[in-house]
Order: sequence, then C-alpha cells, then structure tokens
Amino acid sequence: MTTVSPNSAAAAAEANQESYRGIEAPNSKRRRVASGKNFEMYSWLFMRLSGIVLVVLVLGHLFIMNILDGGVHRIDWGFVAGRWASPFWQMWDLTMLWLAELHGANGLRTVINDYARKDTTRFWLTMLLYASVVLTIGLGSFVIFTFDPTMGG
Amino acid sequence: MASTVVRPRRGDPGARRGSLYRGGEGMWSWVAHRITGVLTFFFLFAHVLDTALVRVSPESYNLIIETYKNPLVNLMEVGLVGAVLFHALNGIRIMTVDFWSKGPRYQRPMLWGILAVWVLVMIPGTYFMLERTVATMFGGA
Repeated sequence: MTTVSPNSAAAAAEANQESYRGIEAPNSKRRRVASGKNFEMYSWLFMRLSGIVLVVLVLGHLFIMNILDGGVHRIDWGFVAGRWASPFWQMWDLTMLWLAELHGANGLRTVINDYARKDTTRFWLTMLLYASVVLTIGLGSFVIFTFDPTMGG
Repeated sequence: MASTVVRPRRGDPGARRGSLYRGGEGMWSWVAHRITGVLTFFFLFAHVLDTALVRVSPESYNLIIETYKNPLVNLMEVGLVGAVLFHALNGIRIMTVDFWSKGPRYQRPMLWGILAVWVLVMIPGTYFMLERTVATMFGGA
C-alpha cells in the first residue's frame, strides 16, 4: 500500500473540489479555465436575469412606440423632448440601453466564440464588439444625461 | 485520432428524440434565437446612433427621422417587432427549461405554445403597425 503524504492529500482534495465546478467527462484530467473561474456561470445567469427585465422594458417600449403612439410617423425632436422631460422615461431608457447592450454583447461574444476558427479572428472580432459596446453605452448614456429639452426654442 | 462522437443510427428512436438540440424543434428554435438576437443587436447599434442626434440639433434629428417615414422602413419595423417578440417568448421558454424541473420534458409543446402566442400577437400588431401605410398607399387618404 502506498502512503499518502499530507501534501498530496491536500492536492487531491483541491482537485476533487475543482471537479465540481463544471461538467467534465468521467476520468478526465483536471482542466483549468484560463481566467475568472465562474465568469461563464455569471454570464449565463446574467442572460436570464437581464432577459426577464428586458421582456418588460423592451416589449413595453415597442408596444408604446410602434402601436400605441403610431410608430415612426409620430416621432420628431419634440416627441423625444417631451418624453425625456420625465425622469421615469429617462430611467426606463437608460436601464434598457445598458441591459440590452450588455445582453446583446454577451450573446454576440458567444456567437463569435462558436464560429471564429482562428485565434486572431476571434480576438479582433471581440475587440470590435467591445469597442462598439463602449461607444453605444457611452454615447447613449451621455445623450440621456445631457439632453437639453429647451434646445428646440 | 478517433472521434469520440457517437453517431446515432438512422431510425434509432432514443438518440434523436432524447436530444434537446440536435435536429428537430430544439435546434431550430436555438438557430432562430441566435438570428433574431444578432439582428436586434445590430438594430440597437443603429438606433442609439440615430437617437443620439437629438443632442446635436432638432434639425439633424428630424432630418434622419424623416428618411424613416416610408413603407419599406415601416415593413422593417414589423420585422423588428416580430424578431424581438420571438426572442422574448423563446427566452422565457429557455428560462422555464433551465429553472423549472418539468421544463425539459415540455420544451417541445412549449415551443408550439410560444409560436401560437407569437401569431396571436403579430396579427393585430401587424394590422396596427401597417394600417397607416396601407391607408396612405391604397386608400388615397
């Protein structure tokens, strides 16, 4: 019989714990995820939690804008000014912007990871995606916060 | 290296029926979820950029919105609402599959259920969204 040193016993215990962190094939060697052990789990959870909120925010937005308010024919600068005069709609639109953009970006990140074959292609597509997220969220938040309803005179 | 993928034999009832994603409704709803999601993401990008023009000047915002007031964009609005509605309903279905113990068993009937809801919402929805365009084009109003 082999004796187990305290060191290797600790390593075995750690390995055992590690194996509960994801689905692995039986008898497979311990596989370390490059960075952020739980990131994929949190992103999975985020998709579902943001999804629930977006169902209300986005379907509400589409229903009001496209059906109750008669669609793009009713929209002009004054319409937007009237809407963003209310903090309620400002917060609605700001929350919707952040959640929809992050939800969509995380979805696109998954799509890129699934279909990009070369590491360089994957890297640059992901960088392009992140740049568009920073632009969209940054510009959108800036516009909602600094919008001046008296601009129209 | 030998492949570890076990290919189900044709006509093997267990292999295909038991899978949520390979072939059948499970896979096609997954494909549709991706397509509608990616389309909505690109729409959102354009939508944030055009709305940002409200910060530039009322004139520039009104100028770009005027280019949207035509039958083609109206039709694209219906497409957008249809895509987002499917994505939302199927998303709810995915959550019930993930979090409800009986979800995986009912994933197939639930897909037909959400498709029925989609049709029931889109019929009046399309009517109200296209009403104005159709009246202007054919009603002479």
